[in-house]
Amino acid sequence: MGAFVLLLIIIGAVAIMAIGMYNSLVTLRNRTDNGWSQIDVQLRRRYDLIPNLVETVKGYAKHEREVFEKVTQARAAAVNAQTIKEHGQADNVLTGALKSLFAVAENYPELKANQNFLMLQEELAGTESKVAYARQFYNDTVMKFNMRQQVFPSNIIANMFGFKERDYYQIEEEVAKGPVKVQF
Amino acid sequence: MYEQISRNKWKSAALIVFFMAFIFVLVWFFEYVTGWGKGGLVLAVAVAMGMAAVGYYASDKIVLGISRAKPVSKDEYPYLYNVVEGLAIAAGIPPPKCYVIDDTAPNAFAAGRKPETAVICVTTGILEKLNRVELEGVIAHEMSHIKNFDVRLQTLVVVMAGVVALLSDWMLRSFMWGGGRRRGRSRGGDGAAGGVLVLVGLALAVLSPFIATIIQLAVSRKREFLADASSAELTRYPAGLASALRKISADTEPLEAANKATAHLYIVNPLKNLKGGNSGVNRLFSTHPPIEERIAALEKM
Repeated sequence: MGAFVLLLIIIGAVAIMAIGMYNSLVTLRNRTDNGWSQIDVQLRRRYDLIPNLVETVKGYAKHEREVFEKVTQARAAAVNAQTIKEHGQADNVLTGALKSLFAVAENYPELKANQNFLMLQEELAGTESKVAYARQFYNDTVMKFNMRQQVFPSNIIANMFGFKERDYYQIEEEVAKGPVKVQF
Repeated sequence: MYEQISRNKWKSAALIVFFMAFIFVLVWFFEYVTGWGKGGLVLAVAVAMGMAAVGYYASDKIVLGISRAKPVSKDEYPYLYNVVEGLAIAAGIPPPKCYVIDDTAPNAFAAGRKPETAVICVTTGILEKLNRVELEGVIAHEMSHIKNFDVRLQTLVVVMAGVVALLSDWMLRSFMWGGGRRRGRSRGGDGAAGGVLVLVGLALAVLSPFIATIIQLAVSRKREFLADASSAELTRYPAGLASALRKISADTEPLEAANKATAHLYIVNPLKNLKGGNSGVNRLFSTHPPIEERIAALEKM
């Protein structure tokens, strides 16, 4: 009788622990998805700002066709990226192209005084740092999610229910140091 | 950074437990001295909670009103909103509303009971005097107060301090008016031991409001350290906040909209004349740790 009760208690405790582990895995998976959609929202916002920016700069610097093309192409590639890895790479190219666009703007004093240009520049800087923060939040969550799937004993639950580890959103070292600094 | 976060969380939890234990001891003496039984504690908790409830539900509006803060839109302050929204993403909470105080003294505070209704308030001075990374450090500090539910914790501590104040007040009154009678009845006159206990009770009644205040302020300082460390976790750049703290504390302009009642909310004590050295008593009775210590902690990360 006593042994039976003890067995029941042990089974009950194990079941409660298993439910807890399963629920925290689900929570982390949802948070990871949410983190990714946050990055996506900010990236799209960034892509939306770029045509405006290009138009504004064109108004003052018609002859810099090469730079405009580079930015437009990089933007198109980034918009069409599918996987997390592709997104990361396309974004690096785009960041580089934008850098050269701002370097060109440097040569046009009237452009630098344009209110619209200044506003777009602030929006772009703000959005870029939002992308960076969203990426940080995403990567932190992915780390927690992946770790939970690796450590004992929650790895058993993760295997049982087919949880999959996620990719980090990686960027190259040079860009990783911070948002693009535009000096005026 | 992560050790600092967990250490400060642990320390403020320990302080709360200590505070509860202190109230427990006080209640024991309270019962012994006044002979009121548990009813006294229940009444004290009810009264203190009632008082704190007003503060809990109205404090953000009162504070914003007193400091003459105005709500601002994203069109007026795109820079401020971009920084706030970015850090809200990093903290994983909805972006708080922004308020601005028209004052050249650089300072900032956060208010609100939960992330969904929280506000962040900055002075126009801080927007002008800090660069982007410094402002991000400051906003991240305020964001951490919101994320860590510091307003809730502070309310809990205020309730506890209120309970202590009421209990000790009632104990003192019972000494003044019914003291002799109660003493005669309690524990069947066990002479010297009973007398000593009553004396200890009297000492406690006099001292406990001070002790409660000291614990309350100690909790407040721990939460400041915690918000500094969490700020570094959000921005991944502790040097930004350190440099902001240096600039804010070096600025000699006092913030006119702040007073003693709201001073504890700001990132740096806005009443500059109160910033008088690091001597023992000064430290025990201040809501914020000394700036130099906060900067040193940030530089260690």
